[in-house]
Amino acid sequence: MSSWPILSLVTFLPLVGALFCLIVNGPKEAVDRNCRSVALVTTTVTFLISLLLWIRFDPTKAGFQFEEKVAWVPALNIGYHAGIDGISLFFVLLSTLLTPICILASWESIKVRVKEYMIAFLVLETFMVGMFCALDLTLFYIFFEGVLIPMFLIIGVWGGKRRVYAAFKFFLYTLLGSVLMLLAIIAVYWQVGTTDLPTVMEKLDLPFTWQCWLWLAFFASFSVKVPMWPVHTWLPDAHVEAPTAGSVILAGVLLKMGGYGFLRFSIPLFPEATQYFAPLVFGLSIVAVIYTSLVALVQEDMKKLIAYSSVAHMGFVTIGAFVMNMQGVQGSIFQMLSHGIVSAALFLCVGVVYDRMHTREIAAYGGLVHRMPRYAFTFLFFTLASVGLPGLSGFVGEFLVLLGAFKANTWVAFLAATSLILGAAYALWLYRKIVFGELTKDSLKGILDMNRREIAIFLPLVLLTIWMGVYPNSFLDPMAPAVDKLIGDYQAALKLARTAALVP
Amino acid sequence: MIVGLESWTLARPELFLAAATALLLVYGVVRGEIATPFVSAATSVALLVTAALLFLPYREGTAFSSLFIVDRLTATMKSMVLVGSAFAILMSRAYFEQAKAWRFEYPLVVALATLGMMLMISANDLMALYVGLELQSLALYVIAAFQRDSVRSTEAGVKYFVLGSVASGMLLFGSSLIYGFCGGTAFVQISGALADGRATEIGVIIGLVFVVAGLAFKVSAVPFHMWTPDVYEGAPTPVTALFAVAPKIAAMSLLVSVLMGPFKPLFAQWQQIIVVASVLSMALGAFAALRQQNIKRLMAYSSIGNVGYILLGVASGTEKGIQSVVFYLAIYLVMTLGVFATILMMKRRNIMVEQVSDLAGLARSQPMMALGMLIFMFSLAGIPPLAGFWGKLYIFMAAVEAKLFVPAVLGVLASVVASYYYLRIVKVMYFDEPAEAIDRPAFGVNRVVALAAAFLIAIFSLVPQPLSLIAEAAAKGLFP
Repeated sequence: MSSWPILSLVTFLPLVGALFCLIVNGPKEAVDRNCRSVALVTTTVTFLISLLLWIRFDPTKAGFQFEEKVAWVPALNIGYHAGIDGISLFFVLLSTLLTPICILASWESIKVRVKEYMIAFLVLETFMVGMFCALDLTLFYIFFEGVLIPMFLIIGVWGGKRRVYAAFKFFLYTLLGSVLMLLAIIAVYWQVGTTDLPTVMEKLDLPFTWQCWLWLAFFASFSVKVPMWPVHTWLPDAHVEAPTAGSVILAGVLLKMGGYGFLRFSIPLFPEATQYFAPLVFGLSIVAVIYTSLVALVQEDMKKLIAYSSVAHMGFVTIGAFVMNMQGVQGSIFQMLSHGIVSAALFLCVGVVYDRMHTREIAAYGGLVHRMPRYAFTFLFFTLASVGLPGLSGFVGEFLVLLGAFKANTWVAFLAATSLILGAAYALWLYRKIVFGELTKDSLKGILDMNRREIAIFLPLVLLTIWMGVYPNSFLDPMAPAVDKLIGDYQAALKLARTAALVP
Repeated sequence: MIVGLESWTLARPELFLAAATALLLVYGVVRGEIATPFVSAATSVALLVTAALLFLPYREGTAFSSLFIVDRLTATMKSMVLVGSAFAILMSRAYFEQAKAWRFEYPLVVALATLGMMLMISANDLMALYVGLELQSLALYVIAAFQRDSVRSTEAGVKYFVLGSVASGMLLFGSSLIYGFCGGTAFVQISGALADGRATEIGVIIGLVFVVAGLAFKVSAVPFHMWTPDVYEGAPTPVTALFAVAPKIAAMSLLVSVLMGPFKPLFAQWQQIIVVASVLSMALGAFAALRQQNIKRLMAYSSIGNVGYILLGVASGTEKGIQSVVFYLAIYLVMTLGVFATILMMKRRNIMVEQVSDLAGLARSQPMMALGMLIFMFSLAGIPPLAGFWGKLYIFMAAVEAKLFVPAVLGVLASVVASYYYLRIVKVMYFDEPAEAIDRPAFGVNRVVALAAAFLIAIFSLVPQPLSLIAEAAAKGLFP
């Protein structure tokens, strides 16, 4: 059993489902129904198999586990090399968890071209999971970029009014950042002779100027993806125009690719440059945290508000990743996981009312608590989780990041902490506008509360948020050795560089 | 030196093609118009047989007093040209039948052009090069204007002819300068003269500039690209398909063997020229295509951009660089044939259409056709995991190895710009509201070719290894 390639199974099983969907034929009704079921079953099975990863994961080991290695293009020394460690484990689980939820959330709201929609989502899942498992730079790049194709179609075909603009902006922004990373990967290739990540980590030895250039090239790609200020502008557009499930995946998984990239590539490969550029990252992150929080305060569109709040929350992630101490990095990863679930849930909350009223204008709502008590509870729950209420997942991540930042630089911690206040302000303001108050609008008088399917979507997310908030150790422990190793290697590399600088 | 049997066996594929063309021509003349279907099919088969003859059995060496050379590189390039021509002929039937211009001369002229291409690929002497090039060019001028009663086709033919003659003139002038300063036209003599310092370098460089300019015209690299959009748009679509593949591959191969062969000692000089042409082509191909409405014209700019990337591989001047050229050309061949097969299926109420907007809503009316086009477009844009990405990766690997950092950065940026117009086609097919639906493509060669091309792209995306082995073997020829 141990010889089963679980990782590849998790990665490519969705493609099998996509093939099924592709060959389904017949009357439209039947095709739609079958494709929905196939997609749901495939993604659920994928999720269940991915749980095996967690069960069989050895939390005491720092290195990569479940490794699979096949020579793919020996002529170029590019291999199919997959494996996960404590850092990537939960991102894989996050992707496999959110995809079936997305399928379920699109059950009724997607009515046209259901078949293509399901195929796009299944292909997307393959790329996402593959990216988090990839241990070869080229393979990583392929999955990282491949994500753009299904996402472009999801936004462009099933999106809102300005979907074409948003889809292009999303695609071109991300591509522009990524191609520079491709050149950096090639430069690394010529240094080491392979793009296999463990080998590269071991052998890569670059002069400082080179490190800086390559770090910037990787930064161009990841900072767009995170997104960091000032290259975040694609995000509000893409979020607003994407269909609900698209926003969920964007916020839940795609943004994490950037943060994950920093931890997996930028920091271990270019430690000196990381140290050199850390203040830049802090500066940009703080601007993002404060500025986008303020921008969020004046939004009129629910999705846009949550989109800006995502940028602010991801600012925490980048701060945590670059303070390079145990608390900071763990907090950063935890914040990503928590944000992946909470913001995904918030977008789903927007989706619930959007499906009923077909508008995202904040002004169009008000007093929903009178008609939709269950919805009011769920929305409040996730709003508070997003604000960082102790006992829910958001608190742990933010607290750890602030702790780490305080250790490294008090000012960074101080400025970042202001976002807790601003965050509470815009999130609660949004909640009050939509849920509280008198139910005055005629259009809302007949609105229905959440049905069973919608409860089934939210239930796992609610439980998970509480679990993460109350007992974060079940997540922090498995990632600890890997984070420890990351920081240890980083410090060792810096020390080595310092000693080398002293020797004439 | 007596031309022995050895020479003839080495030129077996060319001789076979020449003989087959001559026989079919006689047959066509005797039987008249009824012979067209047979001649057309037979020519395609002859071209494919020629391709097989290249490798069964494979032989290498020089022939005819060193005028003619066969090695892995030339054989690989020739096989690509032959495949391109063969499919271009097969794909032309439906179009020409409808245009009432289906004549048996068409496949034969294409075969003659292909023969010219084979000769120029194998040229090992400036004279042989010119003869091959002219055989190719003259035949191509004729087929550009093949639809005689169409003004645009005639215009395309004339334009191509006039500008092409200027380029040939430049090439010839350059050759004469090189002859004057090196004392010979054979590639061996030139490289010998350059190596032992007999040649006046500055004179040879001036000659080389003219030769490169002439060849740049043939591959349609900026600044010698002006003819391309007009000819692509004006020529009958199957002819455009041919232009986009066969002559391009042949001229690119010629460029490689001239630059990497006799003029290798002048690497530092020609590298600058090629880098500039490459960067300009990539940029122009990206920016000029942004607003094109006619899909053939758009493909013209796309091909200019692609030539830019290939030239970047040439400019690196390394073994990796030549490998990347072969690799990229092979993928380019498949993608381009696929795109043109799809364009040839674009009919509405049985009339050919060629505007980008005609594709509106294709994803709903003809989902498979749209899916194929989607694959080609993302592949042309170089988005992983599709095959086009491997091509670009290979090119940029070579460029970075050769320390061409600035051109490489400009190249990837241009590829982002270029991806916009490929995406635009996807947008029109998938996002836009359906226009009046395109006819359901009849079952025929074009459908098979498009399907096969899409399938091949998928295979290459997952398993690029065999192709890179072929490229590796081909490049070995230049780097013994």
